[in-house]
Amino acid sequence: MNHTIADVAVPTARSKITLQYKWGVSEASFRRILYLAGLSLLILLVAIFFSLVVASLPALRQFGFGFLTGKIWDPVRGEFGALAFLVGTLMSSFMALIISMVFSLPVSIFLGEYFRHGKASTFLKSAIELLAGIPSVIYGFWGLFLLVPLVRALEMKLGVAPQGVGIFTSSLVLAVMIIPYASSIGTEVISLVPSDLKEAALSLGATRFEVIRKVILPYASSGIFAGILLALGRALGETMAVTMVIGNSNFLPQSIFSPGNTMASVIANEFTEATGSLYLASLIELALVLFIVTMIINVLGKLMIHKMSARK
Amino acid sequence: MESTVLRIENFSASFGELMVLKDINLSLSRNTLTAIMGPSGCGKTTLIRCINRMHELIPNAKVSGKILLDDQDIYKTDPIIVRRQVGMVFQRPNPFPTMSIYDNVIAGYNLNGIKLNKEEMDRTVEESLRKAALWDEVKDALHRRGTFLSGGQQQRLCIARALAMHPEILLLDEPTSALDPKSTAHIEGLVSRLKTTVTIIQVTHNIAQAARVSDFTAFLYLGELVEFGPTGKMFTGPKDKRTEEYLTGKFG
Amino acid sequence: MKGMAEISIHRRIWTDNLFKTLIIVLSLCSILPMFLILSLIIQNGISVINWEFLFHLPKPVGEAGGGIANAILGTLWLIVLSFVFSVPLGVFAGIYLSEYRGGKLAYLTRLAIEILQGIPSIVIGIIAYVWVVMPMGSFSALSGGVALGIMMLPVVVMATEETLKLVPDSLREASLALGVPYSRTILKVILPAGLSGILSGILLGVARVAGETAPLLFTAFGSPFMNHNILKPINSLPLTIFNYATSPYPDWHTLAWGASFVLIAFVLGLNLITKLVANKWKVQF
Repeated sequence: MNHTIADVAVPTARSKITLQYKWGVSEASFRRILYLAGLSLLILLVAIFFSLVVASLPALRQFGFGFLTGKIWDPVRGEFGALAFLVGTLMSSFMALIISMVFSLPVSIFLGEYFRHGKASTFLKSAIELLAGIPSVIYGFWGLFLLVPLVRALEMKLGVAPQGVGIFTSSLVLAVMIIPYASSIGTEVISLVPSDLKEAALSLGATRFEVIRKVILPYASSGIFAGILLALGRALGETMAVTMVIGNSNFLPQSIFSPGNTMASVIANEFTEATGSLYLASLIELALVLFIVTMIINVLGKLMIHKMSARK
Repeated sequence: MESTVLRIENFSASFGELMVLKDINLSLSRNTLTAIMGPSGCGKTTLIRCINRMHELIPNAKVSGKILLDDQDIYKTDPIIVRRQVGMVFQRPNPFPTMSIYDNVIAGYNLNGIKLNKEEMDRTVEESLRKAALWDEVKDALHRRGTFLSGGQQQRLCIARALAMHPEILLLDEPTSALDPKSTAHIEGLVSRLKTTVTIIQVTHNIAQAARVSDFTAFLYLGELVEFGPTGKMFTGPKDKRTEEYLTGKFG
Repeated sequence: MKGMAEISIHRRIWTDNLFKTLIIVLSLCSILPMFLILSLIIQNGISVINWEFLFHLPKPVGEAGGGIANAILGTLWLIVLSFVFSVPLGVFAGIYLSEYRGGKLAYLTRLAIEILQGIPSIVIGIIAYVWVVMPMGSFSALSGGVALGIMMLPVVVMATEETLKLVPDSLREASLALGVPYSRTILKVILPAGLSGILSGILLGVARVAGETAPLLFTAFGSPFMNHNILKPINSLPLTIFNYATSPYPDWHTLAWGASFVLIAFVLGLNLITKLVANKWKVQF
């Protein structure tokens, strides 16, 4: 019989051409590959945690919890106490949060309430996106050359040691860097406040400001707080910009203008020069602490967001 | 000579606890057009989706009984093979958006890695588009994207795509319900021309359409095959009271 | 009585207007640093850009001239490596998550992705050090690629998942009804339909890792030489900026401005291309 496309192409029930075609991977094996891909991400996370723990074991065994309260970080003597870095991290991050909120909350209100569409909205949104896209080392560079002289001048006016670098300067740079993170979730929750609530208040004669203050902000408060949490998580882990302007001192900071170090910045500074397994393990233990803290903060923040969207 | 191409024996289908098809027995002759009618939820779409083994893609879907295509139990054959022998056109046109009209028609070959030479491809594309009454409208634009066509044209493209595989049976799931009257008439015309070369089963909500185009009609109600027979006879003298009530519009 | 009510209303309206002005002013102030940074970089950096700068190697301290060719190439190498480590695994994991909406593993995997995304980049650098540098006994581009790959992974997974969730089921049905096996349906129909979204995600991920420094400090480590061997240390633009900016030599500071200009142009350019890709290649369903 003539060889037609019908015969070649499609197996009829009469013929046994099944094996002629490339099936591709069978469905079961393909699904298994997908499953493994998903599983490997979970394994990756767990592996990261375990590697950090194992690598910091020497320090964990040596210092225990005293690691976090020890005031002295002296590689020469083999004494590693991380209190100075904890304090440095907390000081710089919290100050950065407070400073950035002064700007990020208005941005959230601007984009979420006053200018939701249109040119003004697009302009600010794009600008904030650009802000988020600038690499951290460039922030540090800018901080080093623009902010440090300014802070130095400020310190001279205040009669403080005019170093320019220090925790205050680092919190300034951090504050700018976390504005996009602090404002993004806030913008979303503010824009999602139900309009009937707002209209009810407006129809009672309230001004826009009063609606914002008494209706919108309370309603959106948990979302705004979640955004702040996530911004905090970002600030805690920020390394390069901080390293370049914080002064890199391993002593407990005396004031906000003192030079200092954060957990991230001391790792950046000293890791490549660390000799001896205890030194290395101590630095890795700092990384472990960072890992755990940022993980808790991020999960908390995401949980809050999930709860809010469930509420709707 | 007519012969039986499809036999459905004691066939039932369910989703989890819900029984959708109950003990269907049906026999279809080659190169005829059978309309499947019934009110919403009667199981007509489920029935045709069992014929090309698409029903089982839904979790918790179960079937029992036999469906024999050319005397072969399709539930004992690889579903991939069954689907290549049974073509389906869906309610909403769904041409592949990343492919040109040309590639859409032979998608069944390309996606399956079946190699045809250029001559065979060109021939298949032209043949299928002619059968789907679309060739004249798109022959100069074969390499444009399929999604630029109108709804009616897209649906004819989907028909061409199914026909390119030379299926034993063509399943049409309310193919004109999303289209305007002009496109509907167009497709009705081509379907009645097609039935001389391929066996067609068409699910339809439109009683008048069934009367116009089909040779045989099956009436389903609540998962049961209430009546089946030549269209003319069934419409003028239905045997079951439920059929009569449906045809006269008492429920729908 | 009426007089007092009027004063009160005037007061409230005045407060309302003041508030709105304040919001606008503060919002504009918040983006001021961005303009300051960009203008500073353009001002100081653009004069540095010339042929020698872009295509020559750095010169030792004291010698004038020199360029950042090795840094540019190093950045490109690291992007390629991070691509290799993150895209295949990330796309498949994204397909997994879009195919399995419920289920325990899918939930845990999503959680893992969110946690991975929040890990500070310096911690990822340490992991790459422990996993690659220590066994190898030396710094290498490979370890840098691993670190950046881990950072890019969540971005790729989420972009893939979000994009594929939007592909309508009708496409999948059309393909399966033609007798196309599941694996080919996913790879040759669903995935191409979501290509623009996935590509956008990848490009955004690349823009992010191109600017990363911290994870490279003790993995790729940096180098003054041109290097095409991924088993050796390699330089990158951000590393160069860091080293030059924190050095005590004004010559090098100038070079750092130039390098910053190149880096910013690259990152912003990528962001722009991403927007174009997303719009132009978007598939209509």
